[in-house]
Amino acid sequence: MYAFDYHKPHSLAEAAALLEAHPEARLLAGGMTLIPTLKQRLASPTDLVDLGGLADLVGIVVDAGEITIGAMTTHAAVAHSKEIKARLPALAALAEGIGDPQVRHRGTIGGSISNADPAADYPAALVGLGATVITDRREIAADDFFTGMFETALAPGEIVRQVRFPIPLAAGYAKFPNPASRYAVVGAFVARTAAGVRVAVTGAGPSVFRLPEMEAALASSFAPQAIAGIDVPEDDLNRDPHATAAYRAHLVGVMTARAVTTALES
Amino acid sequence: MVGTVSVAFSVNGRDVKAKVEPRTLLVTFLRENLGLTGTHVGCDTSQCGACCVLLDGRSVKSCTILAVQADGASVTTIEGLGTPEKLHPMQIAFNENHGLQCGFCTPGMIMSAVDFAQGNAEPTPDQVREWLEGNICRCTGYHNIVASVEAGARAMAKA
Repeated sequence: MYAFDYHKPHSLAEAAALLEAHPEARLLAGGMTLIPTLKQRLASPTDLVDLGGLADLVGIVVDAGEITIGAMTTHAAVAHSKEIKARLPALAALAEGIGDPQVRHRGTIGGSISNADPAADYPAALVGLGATVITDRREIAADDFFTGMFETALAPGEIVRQVRFPIPLAAGYAKFPNPASRYAVVGAFVARTAAGVRVAVTGAGPSVFRLPEMEAALASSFAPQAIAGIDVPEDDLNRDPHATAAYRAHLVGVMTARAVTTALES
Repeated sequence: MVGTVSVAFSVNGRDVKAKVEPRTLLVTFLRENLGLTGTHVGCDTSQCGACCVLLDGRSVKSCTILAVQADGASVTTIEGLGTPEKLHPMQIAFNENHGLQCGFCTPGMIMSAVDFAQGNAEPTPDQVREWLEGNICRCTGYHNIVASVEAGARAMAKA
């Protein structure tokens, strides 16, 4: 690890000022991706600004129609929240499937979405549910937030405060995990809402994406058979030693069908 | 201008104050500054779990936390669980069930298991195996490790 200076601000304003003063600084949330990246010298920030002291960024608020989760809330807290398990069990199950228990004790929703790993789980939930990302400057619709591989709509120095999820009629998440890392080789989040059906896929492409054809088919008939004949083109999908693009294309259909089944059982 | 930062936390019930470089990992601090070498470094890539310690009661991988992030917290390592004369119930369970082969992963397994057992007095083997996702035994001696965690969880509930 290269050397860096460390700051632990006690307010969002202080954190923002530190980022402005140090253009090569990085925010530290749970550190489950950033610290391994620093250890491999794949990043060399001059400063780390640790959000661990901002209690305002931790917490889960559930009201009639939505669930709001603070950016520094851990995966374990989401997975074990009784209210999330009751109102949006697919989200609790998704959080419980990230990494391993020790990673879930540290990793945060804000860190995960800001990093925007193409194989991360949370992006599927945000886009699948039509969530809203609330930063220290504005609100960003999930559909506009993830812009590419490790790329988001966040401006330099912009800090995620919360994520707001509308509670759907039913939802399910299914993933084919990499057996070593538990990252999604392919993960599909399906949500049925009053406005229609949303399907979001992570792991398969450079960034999370929706499947309009499957959404339309599921809006007509919310059942796994409804998408049985829909082929997913492999052209723009990821290929790596874990899975070919053709295999990922196949898995998109399988995982989406499983997510629908889970949603029907919830 | 990179310098050192002050940290103050509790390790195995003892107050520790030090100045560290920000890039110092918690596991490095425990092993090299405090001499607590029971916490092992296996993979150094946050996958194997040999470096598990309790941070404010929850298991974490100390190779993926900066020492400064533990400022103000309470850290428990394998040395803080029991003594050779009076072992922790989970340590006894690993001993009685021979929950090890080479023993390198054992400290991390036990710290992870103690965290798990806090909320699971009667775990099933499947629950134990699922929990141990983040602890790798390269000898693949999982059968007895799972039996040890089951026995240790029951013993901790009675203790």
